[in-house]
Amino acid sequence: MRKDIISSAIGILVLALLCGIIYPLVIEGVSQVAFPGNANGQLVHVHGKLVGSKLIGQNFADIVYKHGKPEISDGNPVTTPDPRYFQTRPSGTTPADNDAATTFANYGPNSTITLAALKSNIATYIQLNGKYYPGGLTAGKVPVDAADTSASGVDPDISIANADIQAYRIAAVRHLSLSTVMGLVSKYTGLRGLGFSGEDTVNVLELNLALNRITGNN
Amino acid sequence: MTFTGWFTIFAFVVILTAIAMPLGRYMAAVYTGEHTFLDWLLVRPERFLYRVLRVDVNKGQDWKQYAKSLIIFSLAGWLLLYLILRTQTLWDFTGLNPMHYHSAPWNVTFNTTSSFLTNTNWQYYGGETTMSYFSQMAGLTVQNFISAGVGIVVAVALVRGIVSRSGKSIGNFYQDLIRTILWLLIPMAIVIALVLVFQGSIDNFSHYLSFKGVTGLPNTIAMGPVASQEAIKELGTNGGGFFNTNSAHPFENPTGFSNFFEMLVVLIIPAALVFMYGRMTGNRRQGYAIYSTMMIMFLGAVIVCYIAEAHGSPAQHAAGLHTAVIHGSSGGNLEGKEQRFGTAGSALFDVVTTVTSCGAVNSAIESFTGIGGAVPFANLSASEVIFGGVGTGLYSILLYVLLAVFIGGLMVGRTPEYLGKKIEAREIKLVSLGLLITPLTALFCTALATASKAGRASIDTAVTGHGPQGFSETFYAYLSQANNNGSAFAGYTGFVQPNAGNLGSHGITFADILGGFDMLFARYAPILFALAVAGSLAGKRVSPPGLGTMRTDNPTFVVLLIGVIVLVGALTFFPALLLGPIVQGLTPHLYS
Repeated sequence: MRKDIISSAIGILVLALLCGIIYPLVIEGVSQVAFPGNANGQLVHVHGKLVGSKLIGQNFADIVYKHGKPEISDGNPVTTPDPRYFQTRPSGTTPADNDAATTFANYGPNSTITLAALKSNIATYIQLNGKYYPGGLTAGKVPVDAADTSASGVDPDISIANADIQAYRIAAVRHLSLSTVMGLVSKYTGLRGLGFSGEDTVNVLELNLALNRITGNN
Repeated sequence: MTFTGWFTIFAFVVILTAIAMPLGRYMAAVYTGEHTFLDWLLVRPERFLYRVLRVDVNKGQDWKQYAKSLIIFSLAGWLLLYLILRTQTLWDFTGLNPMHYHSAPWNVTFNTTSSFLTNTNWQYYGGETTMSYFSQMAGLTVQNFISAGVGIVVAVALVRGIVSRSGKSIGNFYQDLIRTILWLLIPMAIVIALVLVFQGSIDNFSHYLSFKGVTGLPNTIAMGPVASQEAIKELGTNGGGFFNTNSAHPFENPTGFSNFFEMLVVLIIPAALVFMYGRMTGNRRQGYAIYSTMMIMFLGAVIVCYIAEAHGSPAQHAAGLHTAVIHGSSGGNLEGKEQRFGTAGSALFDVVTTVTSCGAVNSAIESFTGIGGAVPFANLSASEVIFGGVGTGLYSILLYVLLAVFIGGLMVGRTPEYLGKKIEAREIKLVSLGLLITPLTALFCTALATASKAGRASIDTAVTGHGPQGFSETFYAYLSQANNNGSAFAGYTGFVQPNAGNLGSHGITFADILGGFDMLFARYAPILFALAVAGSLAGKRVSPPGLGTMRTDNPTFVVLLIGVIVLVGALTFFPALLLGPIVQGLTPHLYS
């Protein structure tokens, strides 16, 4: 018994040192040397200023002002999607100054709460894109990724179908030809891993920054 | 459903088997003391560790000594982890608490400590809003290694008991644990972590980044030593996310390739252990029979889950969405799923992490369709024997094998024998207790949580609504914790942020404590029974196989084994499953 207690006490401390300090430090060190861009989050800078990470989806929206002041609801500023930008997927993650707390929305499959959320997402999407899309949009034409909440809440990607619909709006609002915008969409389309794993994705941050470079916005 | 979706599943099975076979051979060498290619590097550190720990590994341990060492070592691990987590700010001098997070309160820490110790990694906290980098590394990562190691050594000890021909020794706990960590877990984790960083996982000690996004909105991105923890989290079938959204977070699981890779990493040791078992018994076909059993049940689960998720949910259809495949979109139920994984990558990941005791999630299980969500339920109901957790899977299915041999023996009217050893009343009693204790614990806790006022407060009706979903959530919580899985219908108790406001809530303290005991009891009781079986079988006389010996390495036995597993699981859990996921899967009705 006493022997076991001594061995266990020493053992747990030694293994904590090995697995909890040495191992993570080695991985961190090698990663920083071998893949510094990846290890630090694939950060994107514009004119030397940090604007985001390629891997973290952000909200391309503007703060709503009321009587010259930002409108606040539940302690967070109310925002409206900026039509000049491709929009990321709906998110359950609470916004802004939250030390990056990501969270699932946890909408159940048989819940009226889910139905209400889906309807609201669909309405927002149709309101934003419907008038630019030839023939208009109905719920049946909205790609599922545009209506369904993402898992992480910071999904950086949208589907090709979603990007293609939004391309009509972007072209009109930014006075670009549709083929220019579609060209950018395919330029920033990532193909599924190994040719089969996962789905094709369009990276929204890269696409929007490319648009800004073309039209001279910042 | 798409061709690439089905192909992903096919490729996964082929590649997994191709890697698991040689790894099983390597592991057999590690545990039987044969030469391996890493010996030149590791033998000296190994001997050094034995000296420091003051253990004499030449002395074998019988099952009681083995169990005693394991329990005392686990207790030491529990205390150290609890201490580190509760003194989080004390370690600020290391510079590894850039956000200056305070410790989570005692109830959350009790749950978290028990959770990581038992390889469950159930999380009643959001990683990036609670834990310092120091706690993540020196606290949680350490138990990710050790709890995996403890699971593996119990399996190895049971295998030794089954094959040993003389003496009562089933090995030495400290030697097995240290060899597992040095020869297996650390070398593999290093390679895996670097592959993940190559794919885009982060690994740094930076402060969280605050900035203004493209449209000028304020934004914060969490940082940290993610890849090193992610690697062992998947390899050790632990599953506790660095971030709250676990493997759905792009920094944990950045690409379609990393998703595929992580799934392989989760299953690789549980699969290899089965091949190791075949080699250690001296009859590889014994391993193939168990592998086939697991693979058949695994494929059944994947196929059902993928079809259900690709079909879409009642809520989607009510909202007028088309869930069929169209050009540029995979369709299906993408609620709570990431675009880069799609429905196939999410369904497969879900099955991989719920058949094992991993419990990592790359999508919100709560948002799976009724039938898609019933699959993880069924996987948990099979008591984690479809590959199962590292080690736990093998020792649990070996208990089922003994039970199947016993039932088969009764059917043909012969004394049941396994690998030449008589299976007698004592073994069957221990096996039955070992197998029943987990389901009993899960059902008892679920009953307590749904029948008591404090328990019902854990159901967050604001998100869940009133209906079967609340029951599903509760049942899943205690089933997952009892099986040391750790995945969740994450709406249970709502979004808990230990540093934020909703802590005082009654339901959360209740859930913390009940869950903590649920995990500890359902982990250590079966371990003790498995070791007792090992002790009981060790040194038993082996009789040569005769004409009437029931074979345990042919398709007939595979069918019998599947039958026993399904029967026990179904008889135990079917009534409870009916009340939750099955009712949801059978009705298009929406609940408010």
